[in-house]
Amino acid sequence: MIASAFLKRIIMAIVTLFGVAIVVFLLLRVAPGDPIAMMIAPGASTQDIADLRARYGLDRPLLVQFVIWLGGILHGDFGVSISLRRNVLELLGERLPATLELAIVACAVAVALGGAVAIAGTLVRRSRGEATIDAVNGLLLAVPDFVWALAFVLILGVLWPVLPLSGRSDPSVDAALSTRFYLFESVLTGRFGVARDTLAHMIMPALALALPLAAVIIRILKEALSEGMVQDYVLMARVKGMTELRLIAGEALRNSVGPTLALTGVQFTFLIGGTVIVERIFAYPGIGSMAIDAVINRDLPLIQGLVLVFGALFILVNLLIDVTVASLNPKLRHG
Amino acid sequence: MADALLDQDAPTADSRSVHQQRRLVRALMTQPKVVFAGGFVVLLIVVALLARWIAPHDPLEQDLLAGTLPPAGFSGAAPGFLLGTDDLGRDVLSRLIFGTRVALVVAFVAAALAAMLGTLLGLFAGYFRGATDVVVSRLIEIWMAFPPVLLSILVVAIMGAGVGSVIVAIAIIDWTRFARVLRAETMAQAQADYVIAARVLGFGRMAILFREILPNVAPVLLALVTLEMGIAVIVEAILSFVGLSVSSDTPTWGGMIAQGRQIIYQAWWVFAAPLAALFATVLAFNQLGDGLRRALDPVMQR
Repeated sequence: MIASAFLKRIIMAIVTLFGVAIVVFLLLRVAPGDPIAMMIAPGASTQDIADLRARYGLDRPLLVQFVIWLGGILHGDFGVSISLRRNVLELLGERLPATLELAIVACAVAVALGGAVAIAGTLVRRSRGEATIDAVNGLLLAVPDFVWALAFVLILGVLWPVLPLSGRSDPSVDAALSTRFYLFESVLTGRFGVARDTLAHMIMPALALALPLAAVIIRILKEALSEGMVQDYVLMARVKGMTELRLIAGEALRNSVGPTLALTGVQFTFLIGGTVIVERIFAYPGIGSMAIDAVINRDLPLIQGLVLVFGALFILVNLLIDVTVASLNPKLRHG
Repeated sequence: MADALLDQDAPTADSRSVHQQRRLVRALMTQPKVVFAGGFVVLLIVVALLARWIAPHDPLEQDLLAGTLPPAGFSGAAPGFLLGTDDLGRDVLSRLIFGTRVALVVAFVAAALAAMLGTLLGLFAGYFRGATDVVVSRLIEIWMAFPPVLLSILVVAIMGAGVGSVIVAIAIIDWTRFARVLRAETMAQAQADYVIAARVLGFGRMAILFREILPNVAPVLLALVTLEMGIAVIVEAILSFVGLSVSSDTPTWGGMIAQGRQIIYQAWWVFAAPLAALFATVLAFNQLGDGLRRALDPVMQR
């Protein structure tokens, strides 16, 4: 029962990814402005231009181009970046770990912050404390990652300079790591100097990405917890003499996580999209900051590769959330 | 003769709608969010319209001898430059005031376009269901797999920088917000008695959709449009920040932020002033949308 639903979900995900591929392919092909024109030296002959077009397959009919491109991707051939003149897959492999680390840390911060504030808010419910939390959360819900990122630049980077403003690690810290997962590798190998440096560079971008997600978690989880607190099993536990905090964090939370995740799932994908501009603001070397340059340089192969990776990430996150929600739901688990 | 008939009918219809309007106004006025946030938005509109008369200086006027003057109250400030000047000696306050124009034009036009596109698709998907719904739902899912910022930059890069491109980009990207909600709302409304009654009376499908269902989902739509205006202001600022919005001699908040970022250590106020304006504007649109939703939604009024 679950297996077939899961299979159906995966097939839908593949269909969506295929749709993403078609949209990005068409969007770039109908675009006025010739990517080849951007990369040739002034004074090149029309023959040179035609040769170059042929080399990148831009002289074939659209459908043929699409089939060649898709076939290449299925074989792991994403083409060669026009502006950087390097293999797109290699470039993505170099940049993706930085973005993944950032997104994972941001999600962790959002869940921890959102969970803690939601529990605190339930603890002080129907009091002035809850009203204060709701008011502050109204602010968090309204302000997007872009604005938080800029505010952090101003406050924590310039006016009270406690955190590094850009990049991923300080050149003076000798990294010499074997993977590009700087934070995870340095923590696992016990090199805490490197870990602290990487984390310091990550705090501002991660927090900017985390705050909007934390706000949504706070609102939805707090409501679910408040509803849970009047359920029979919580009343029963209360009669048995459990403390209020244990009632909330133990009993009510267990049954609120699934519904909250189901309602906040789409926000996790927004966080991934947010990396594009937030990485740019902090000159963080992930796929997001690379994407903006790729678009401005009209680097077709790189844009295609990046959009596909982002699309795949979105779909993967959605899938993960669906599976988690299903496994948390007792009705589905035992059904 | 015809006029006389109309006059006879008019008072009853009028007084009913006036009564309804009064009740609506009262419901809106009891929401502090609507009053304060709405007041701020009205203020922004006035500032944008009267920019030429309010601004103390020409926003483009350079004076290299009066460069990076700090805001009033800081040492070295010069009278007449309340928020200081940038590295070219241009008055920050005047640029901020003129920046409201682009921000508001984009907010209103882009939100309206996105709303139209999304509402149409949402109404059709929710009412006709079947194949229409499958196509629209799949489109929404594909669209949401694109990072919005990346997609907007892509659209503007393809169409060429400018306010028109920014507006089109926002409409192309954010129609899904409207389509998703309107689809669900329409599905719920389609089961309501008044729709069934209209169908029994032989109303056409388009008449039911646009004259019966649309007015009933209008409150939700209005709240969504207001929220979208805030989002549009942000997207415009992001595109200006990246350098893809209007040309650099038109002041925009995002452009000022990008410029301020370059000289943030010498003149932080060039960065801080437009950021504060952006912050307040986004907050105002968001709170207004939230307030409208609460005031207009009968379920929320309990």
